[in-house]
Amino acid sequence: MLSYNYPLYAQRINKNFIKNSRIIQALKEINIEIREGEIFGLLGPNGSGKSTLIRVASTLIIPDSGIMTIFGLDVVKDAKSVRRLISRVSVEASFFKKLSPIENLLFTAGIYGLSKSSALRKIFETCEKIGLDRNRLNDPIEEFSRGMQQKVAIARAFLTEPKLLLLDEPTTGLDPRAKKKIQLLILETRKNLNVTILLTTHDMEEAEKLSDYIAIIHEGKIVVSGKPGELKKTVEKRVSNPTFEDVFMEYTGVKFEQVEQEQEEKDNVW
Amino acid sequence: MYGRGLIYEFSGETKAFKAFIERNFNLTKRYWKWELVFFVYTIANSVTIGFIGKGVEFFSGVHVDTNYLILYMLIGSIIWGYLSVLCEIVSETVSRERWEETIEYTFMAPIRRATHLLSMCGYAILYGILRSTLILLIVSIFFDLNLKGANFLSAVIILAIASLSFIGFGIFAAVLPLISPEKGTQAVHIFQSLILMFSGVYYEIQILPIWMQRIAKFSPATYALRGMRMAILKGANIWTLKEEILPLIIIGIIMIPLGTFFFEKMEFLAKKKGALKRSG
Repeated sequence: MLSYNYPLYAQRINKNFIKNSRIIQALKEINIEIREGEIFGLLGPNGSGKSTLIRVASTLIIPDSGIMTIFGLDVVKDAKSVRRLISRVSVEASFFKKLSPIENLLFTAGIYGLSKSSALRKIFETCEKIGLDRNRLNDPIEEFSRGMQQKVAIARAFLTEPKLLLLDEPTTGLDPRAKKKIQLLILETRKNLNVTILLTTHDMEEAEKLSDYIAIIHEGKIVVSGKPGELKKTVEKRVSNPTFEDVFMEYTGVKFEQVEQEQEEKDNVW
Repeated sequence: MYGRGLIYEFSGETKAFKAFIERNFNLTKRYWKWELVFFVYTIANSVTIGFIGKGVEFFSGVHVDTNYLILYMLIGSIIWGYLSVLCEIVSETVSRERWEETIEYTFMAPIRRATHLLSMCGYAILYGILRSTLILLIVSIFFDLNLKGANFLSAVIILAIASLSFIGFGIFAAVLPLISPEKGTQAVHIFQSLILMFSGVYYEIQILPIWMQRIAKFSPATYALRGMRMAILKGANIWTLKEEILPLIIIGIIMIPLGTFFFEKMEFLAKKKGALKRSG
């Protein structure tokens, strides 16, 4: 056990990838401390390093240098124990599409060591909470809308009772109603299950609405972090009634949409 | 406390083992149309090969033991079908998960990689036996086979031991899609077809060039096919099959733990490269 028992603690995390003989610096000297019960919002445009950081926390990517711990356990050395404490929801629902929600969820329950009977009880409970129609639980998941698939993904994340929930753009691509429902669910989850949440998003409004603490990541580097209100206050001298867009511009020097567009162009070239 | 921890861990790994097998059977059930396509294809292939054996006397004009020849060819076809299904399912541990876009979630599960790999092997054996038995039953309708002298006990033992060594090969093959998402799966098929060529599926390896015979010695399929043919065609007792059983056991004992170890090392490398993700 390491001494710093934060739900997530990262110190000087660096990660480079090589793509077509070019070095891409995905994460640069990332330092993060997430406190218990907090919703930590990580805000940044596409390709800024949000998902790479989530993958490091998920034990799927090994950083080149630095240390990351989940409740004091090292994500590289204690990967198996870390996996028991975390759960993840990503942009894509990622299911066996021909299988039904029940078949997919029972598989997850099994590989997390849950018995079939307790898994079924939890599945039905969760489905009721998130408004998933019980009559459709045996239909192939490929027949579901994206919003419905994302609900099943959330049910999967809750099934294993994680202590740290990694939400990687969980509302991207959803219609406004489904988006609102998922956002409400995130707030309820934190309240009812006392779970700590790391939420990545490129939706400024969402980040501000849901997060207790926000860090803005740009080109692999955290450029600023603080409570939403505090961050806004830092730009109040220059902008009256600042929005998060203004905060982003202040610390990155560019408009959010512009960064998104540039990043997409870069990705296409690579 | 330590003992309780071990029991808890063992129980968790057992549940995971069952979950993988159940998931794979569910996938087989849901993709039943593809299963049917491959099943019909394999039957047509085996029956055609059987008829080639039956037609030898007709087109050569030389008297041959037709029953022996048909059985010789059919054993090659069915055993090859079984072993390649085994190797393919295990080697798909990574590629199928990547194709279904579930790889990140499955590899995030708090289980030992050995449990993950061995559960794929468990499913592969169950599926392979079910499939091959059905094929054998259907194919036998087309031919009047004489199996009076066959030693089925020896055949089953050879098949069981051969399964272990093929699982070891499958685990090694599973590494390829892990380290090369784009070319790994194709490389597995090249590897598989080369084993077919070197191992005497429809011929004795003695007819191969010397350099190929040398390579054939390292293939478990060589010993599996020879052992099966001796058991079914000549009724060989298990004690007379030591030369086939011993290499199969050795290959299995070496390949399974070595393959698992190698897989874990390559998984670490894939995580360093960032290759353990949905798309290549």
